[in-house]
Amino acid sequence: MRDVAILGVGMNKKWGELWDMSLRDVFVEAALNAVDDAGVDHLDSMYVGCMTSGLFVGQEHVGCLMADYLSTTPIPATRVESACASGGAAFRQGFIEVASGISDYVLVGGVEKMTDVSGDEATSALSAAADMEYEAYHGITFPGLYALMARVHMERYGTTSQQLAHVAVKNHKHGAMNPEAQYPFEVTVEDVLGSVMVADPLHILDCSPITDGAAAVVLCPLDTARKISKKPVVQVLASAQASGTIALHSRKDMAWIKSTNQAASKAYKMAGKGPQDIQVAEVHDCFTIAEIMVLEALALVERGKGGQAAESGMTALGGKIPVNTSGGLKAKGHPVGATGVAQVIEIIRQLRGEAGPRQVKGARIGLTQNMGGTGGSSVVHIFGAV
Amino acid sequence: MANPARYWREIPQRYRLEAARCTSCGEISFPPRLICPQCRSRKFETVTLKENGKILTYTVTRVGPSQFADQTPYAVGVVELDDGVRIMTQIADCDFDKLAAGQRVRLEFRRIQKQGDAGLLWYGYKCVPV
Repeated sequence: MRDVAILGVGMNKKWGELWDMSLRDVFVEAALNAVDDAGVDHLDSMYVGCMTSGLFVGQEHVGCLMADYLSTTPIPATRVESACASGGAAFRQGFIEVASGISDYVLVGGVEKMTDVSGDEATSALSAAADMEYEAYHGITFPGLYALMARVHMERYGTTSQQLAHVAVKNHKHGAMNPEAQYPFEVTVEDVLGSVMVADPLHILDCSPITDGAAAVVLCPLDTARKISKKPVVQVLASAQASGTIALHSRKDMAWIKSTNQAASKAYKMAGKGPQDIQVAEVHDCFTIAEIMVLEALALVERGKGGQAAESGMTALGGKIPVNTSGGLKAKGHPVGATGVAQVIEIIRQLRGEAGPRQVKGARIGLTQNMGGTGGSSVVHIFGAV
Repeated sequence: MANPARYWREIPQRYRLEAARCTSCGEISFPPRLICPQCRSRKFETVTLKENGKILTYTVTRVGPSQFADQTPYAVGVVELDDGVRIMTQIADCDFDKLAAGQRVRLEFRRIQKQGDAGLLWYGYKCVPV
């Protein structure tokens, strides 16, 4: 297996409600930025992470669509879907293709165009990541599912609504330093606790938003990157993925994201690193409780102490392990298929030293964790500056 | 509108609580599966779920999908039935402020949602506090 590096990264100028851009325009803008950053004149293959373009805009076959509009035909172009982990899973496919030796230059993008439907329809479309017949049938929504998890965590570990709010406060504080973010402004604990209740105990400001956006990276063999890259080279040290039950109620422990823990264990082993080596992390904070539970599953925080981590500043910039310096899904936005790729981009920028005011000083090792459903799919990657 | 087969094929579970018990390890799968998640056996017998159980966790959905618009806000929870099987279900006829983990409940046959432009009524189980 060959070592793999990231040669280029690209995002949209800004994420949010991109009324004047179509699904294809959103993707191609980010992909062209990645190709320019990489400085390559051709690609061998591409993957597109996308959760549910069929429900959002009625378009399937988006691998082909994007190759056509990126003018990369006839290279192979494949869509990868694992709900909100689509981007992370697509990145893993690109990594595997370069590592295997089949292709040298692979573009991995992620995209979602979510604002062409009403809020109701978007909620229903996202529900398709749950068990349609035995969860969604009974009227449970995604905020509702995470609310069920939150209540178990709160009752068992004493986690409070204030601690949940601190996750949103922290990520908005980071996001305020990210011009690409959908909501680049700060919020207070009082703002979060005073915002409308969506699914008790989660308020609207505990939830990530509905977002249009795309993100893309170009991968190549590490040896090639060392020769041609004009930017500091970042290597993919580990790629791991794990699956769990699709239904939350089938889990023995609803306050523990087992698939993330299993993917993390494999990733730490593959990278020859441990949680203590991680200096910056982008994790799947689709809801504030999700970041808390994910940090525990990644062993970055002691089990049951995820709430305290946000409250104490441990996971803020300047803390022991800065988490979601991009603003996370919460402030940067959560175009579901793009999120996993955008997480990778933030870590690459951190390890290149390009993160500007939100730079984690001296960061050499970073981690991404991307999750589908309530943790039915988890993808973990570890990166190292070379 | 989807083919109504999608609805009626779930009737044994939604109306009659039919589950599959693995004849090898005793694990009960609801809905039934073709291979046991515990022991990988493929032999099952049909059993009926217990109708009583307790709430493990719950929420009040205040922003719901359109087919539940006439019920919003409504409580939903994970209930552990007395045979150990866990299900997702609405909690009907309850005072939201008095909901609690551990609360005993009983399953009842109820209307679940009104589907599509034709307003097709879909039925199944909901739990009520006892």
